[in-house]
Amino acid sequence: MASNAPAYRAARTIPTRRGLAFRLLDDRNFLGVALIAPAAAFLLVFLAYPLGLGFWLGMTDASIGQPGRFIGLRNFISLAHDSVFWLSVFNTLLYTVVASALKFALGLYLALLLNRRLPLKSLVRAIVLLPFVTPTVLSAIAFWWIYDPQFSIISWSLIKLGLIHQYIDFLGSPWNARWSVIAANVWRGIPFVAITLLAGLQTISPSLYEAATLDGAGPWQRFRFVTLPMLSPIIAVVMTFSVLLTFTDFQLIYAITRGGPINATQLMATLSYERAITGGRLGEGAAIADAMVPFLLAAILFSYFGLQRRRWQQGSRD
Amino acid sequence: MALGKGAPEGMDYLERLPRRVVTLYLPLAVFLFVLLFPFYWMTTTTLKPDDELYDYARFNPFWVHSPTLAHIEKLFFETSYPNWLINTMLIAAASTVISLICSVCAAYAIERLRFSGARYVGLAIFLAYLVPPSILFIPLAAIIFKLGLFDSDWALILTYPTFLIPFCTWLLMGYFRTIPYELEECALIDGATRLQILWKITLPLAVPGLISAGIFAFTLSWNEFIYALTFISSSENKTVPVGAITELVEGDVYHWGSLMAAALFGSLPVVIMYSFFVEYYVSSLTGAVKE
Repeated sequence: MASNAPAYRAARTIPTRRGLAFRLLDDRNFLGVALIAPAAAFLLVFLAYPLGLGFWLGMTDASIGQPGRFIGLRNFISLAHDSVFWLSVFNTLLYTVVASALKFALGLYLALLLNRRLPLKSLVRAIVLLPFVTPTVLSAIAFWWIYDPQFSIISWSLIKLGLIHQYIDFLGSPWNARWSVIAANVWRGIPFVAITLLAGLQTISPSLYEAATLDGAGPWQRFRFVTLPMLSPIIAVVMTFSVLLTFTDFQLIYAITRGGPINATQLMATLSYERAITGGRLGEGAAIADAMVPFLLAAILFSYFGLQRRRWQQGSRD
Repeated sequence: MALGKGAPEGMDYLERLPRRVVTLYLPLAVFLFVLLFPFYWMTTTTLKPDDELYDYARFNPFWVHSPTLAHIEKLFFETSYPNWLINTMLIAAASTVISLICSVCAAYAIERLRFSGARYVGLAIFLAYLVPPSILFIPLAAIIFKLGLFDSDWALILTYPTFLIPFCTWLLMGYFRTIPYELEECALIDGATRLQILWKITLPLAVPGLISAGIFAFTLSWNEFIYALTFISSSENKTVPVGAITELVEGDVYHWGSLMAAALFGSLPVVIMYSFFVEYYVSSLTGAVKE
C-alpha cells in the first residue's frame, strides 16, 4: 500500500502540471487540424489553386511571359471550329476505349491463369508486374525501336516466317500508328489490371465453385455466375483508374510519335502540351486541358456508382 | 495480404496434365514472352556493336554475337546521363520523404483522431488522388515560374507531392484501420499524449504500410514525366526519362545502342528496388484500388 501512494499522487498531479500547449495538443480538433496542415498546404497550393487557375487560364489569351486578359469563352469557341482539336478528341476516345477494353480482357485472362495452381507462382507474379514498374517513357523508347521502319524486329520475324513480304511501316501511316501506340499502352497496362484483379480473385472462396459444380455448372457458367459477380466491384474500380490513366496519357505518345503522323495519334493531353508549351499559347492549351474535365467527371461518377453497388450487394452501411 | 500463400487450390487437382499444358502453361508462356520481350530487346541492343545492330542479313538479331560495352561507355562518359541519374534519385527520394511525413500526419488525423470534418477531408483527399497531372501542368508551370523555381530541382520536389500525398494518405489510412484501437486506449490510460501515441505506438506498428507507400511513391516519382518535361529546361538538371527522350536524339540520327542503354539503366534502379520489396509493392498496388 505504501508504495502505491506516491504513484497515485503523481497521477493526480499530471493534469495540473500540463500547460496550455499540452492541453491543445491533446485536443482532437486542434491536433487534427495541426497534423493535416502540411498535407493540406501542399494540396491547396499545388493542386487546388492550379486547378482553379487552369479554368481561369482557359478563359484568357495568356501566353508564355504574358499574363493575358479575360476573353470569355473565345478559346473554346475557336476550339469548336478547330479540326485538329476534334481529331484529338476522336483519337483520345478511340485510344481509351480500345486500349481499356483490351487491357481488361487480356488482364482478366492473365489474372485467371495466375489464380490457378502453378509452380513458382509468386515469382511469375513478380515478373508479370515488370512492365508496370519500369518508367513508361523508357519502355516506350524500346517500343519506338521495336517499331523502327527499317530495323523492326517484328517485321523481320514475320518476313522470316513468310507471313509478310515487306517491312511494316508501324509509325508512318495514321492507322498503323494508332494501333501501334495502343499496343504499347496495352502492354504496359495489362500487369496492373491482372495483378489487381488477381487480388480480387483470391478473395473468392473455392467452396462457391465447388457448390456451383455440384449444381451442374460448367466452366463458362462458373465464370459467368460466380467469378464475374464476385469480381464486379473491384473491376469497376480498376477499370475506372485504367480509363482515367489512359484518357489523360501523355508520356507514351510523346515518346513514340509526338502526336504524328499528321496528328493521327495526337491526344488531348499532347495537343494541349503542344499548344501551351511548344507553341507558347498558354490560354489555348489550358482550354484543351479543361475540355478533358467532363470526361474525367463521367469516369469518376461511373466509379462512384460502381462502389455504391458494392455496398448494396454486401449489405454494409459504411 | 499474403497473396497466393496457402490459398486453397480449389478444384484444379481434377485436371490432367495435357489439358493443363494447353489451357494454362501455353497461354501463360505467350503472355510472359510478350511482356518480357521488350526488356530482352533493350538488353541485347545495348550490348550489340553498331555494325551488328544494323545488319540483320549477316547476324541473327535475336542473339548478340560480339558483345560490347561501347554504348554504355558513351552514355556514361559522353552525355549528362550520370547527372540525370543523380537528379532523378535526389528528387524521387526528397519528394517521397516529404510526402510520407505529410501523409502519416494526415492519415493519422483523419483515421484515428477523427476530428470534426475528418470524413470530408478524407473524401477531398480521395478526389485529389483522381486529378491527373495532364490537366494541371499548364497552370502549375505558371505558378512555378512566378515562384522563381523554374529549372530547379525544387520545382519537382515541391510538385510531386501533389500526386504522392493523396496516394500515400489513402494507403496509410487503410493501414491504420487495421491497427487495433485498444493499443492506443491502453497508452492513453497510461498517460501518453496523442503525439506520443502516434510516434511510439502507431508508427512502429505501421512500418510495413510505410514501406509499401514509400516504395510505390519512389517509383511513381521516378516515372514522372510531364512535370519534369515542362518545368526543367537546362540539360544538366533533367531527370532520366526526360533526358533520354530529349537529349539523346541528335536530329534524325538515332543512336539506338545508347538509347536502349539509357532505357535499361534508367529502369534498373526501380526494378532492383521492386525486386527486394515485391510483396510491399503489390500490397500497395492492390490496396490503392480498394476502398
